[in-house]
Amino acid sequence: MEGDLAAMGAYIGAGLACIGIGGAGIGVGNVAGNYLAGALRNPSAAPGQTAFLFIGIAFAEALGIFAFLVALLLMFAV
Amino acid sequence: MAEGGIDIRPVDQFIVKPLFGGDVVNWYTPTNVTLWMALTVLAATALMVYGARGRAVIPSRAQSMAELSYSFIYKMVEDVAGRDAIRFFPYIMTIFLFVLFANLLGLIPFAFTTTSHIAVTAVLALTVFISVTALGFVLHGAKFLKLFWVDSAPLPLRPILAVIELLSYFVRPVSHSIRLAGALMAGHAVAKVFAGFAAALGAAFFIPVLAVTALYALELLVAVIQAYVFTILSCIYLKDALHPAH
Repeated sequence: MEGDLAAMGAYIGAGLACIGIGGAGIGVGNVAGNYLAGALRNPSAAPGQTAFLFIGIAFAEALGIFAFLVALLLMFAV
Repeated sequence: MAEGGIDIRPVDQFIVKPLFGGDVVNWYTPTNVTLWMALTVLAATALMVYGARGRAVIPSRAQSMAELSYSFIYKMVEDVAGRDAIRFFPYIMTIFLFVLFANLLGLIPFAFTTTSHIAVTAVLALTVFISVTALGFVLHGAKFLKLFWVDSAPLPLRPILAVIELLSYFVRPVSHSIRLAGALMAGHAVAKVFAGFAAALGAAFFIPVLAVTALYALELLVAVIQAYVFTILSCIYLKDALHPAH
């Protein structure tokens, strides 16, 4: 493997960018877990709140996808 | 990257190619994107036109799918954006059907996922962004700017909040489009990587194949949820334009 230093930096950076996906995992887990906790306390109110569940998950997930995008940019665009 | 005999190119599936040979892509060249977008429109039209053709009291399977999606989006617009947003229901329904069918058609093996391209989703998101902003100014004039001026906050905080609100308003089309494209691109790339493992493992190919099967089920879920999320966010932005005061 004789690749140059810049390519090595890009690969390491892409790997580091994937740490951000863990943050999205925490966020999505938080939203879903709290939804489930609330839904088990008051099951009759749960169906009306699924829209907020998905909105919350979408906002949390978007940041993880940004991290993934940075990794992709480093791998294929830099 | 081709060390050890594994040669996986997970992003090659997203290359835009002309349909009838050649390498040059002009704006009028029919490409695989053109083909799959046309198929998307065809599939959505087929569901609604063919499905609603009988108007039977006891619906057929196609008709009940058409009715289900119609009433689902109708209720979403009503719940999220309010009753006066119903006149924009055709637009929201179009967005939903287009994104849903583009996502689902992209799951067919060897198909091209049009919504995995930021160029495609950015146009969808920018259309929503620009039309919603224009609508807000047309309906409310300068009062639309109250969206950025949070009346319920203490006075010294309001300018800072206005800057934050303004920034987050302009980031909306970015996150709106990248969420859809990123989720689909990531899913398809992961499926391709696992499929590459299956080719490289030889006799033990069934382990990655099982993983790909599970992933495929997850991707089916993601395709529907991302279409749902894209639509519901459009509804939220629409609500902000109709009722800018907090």
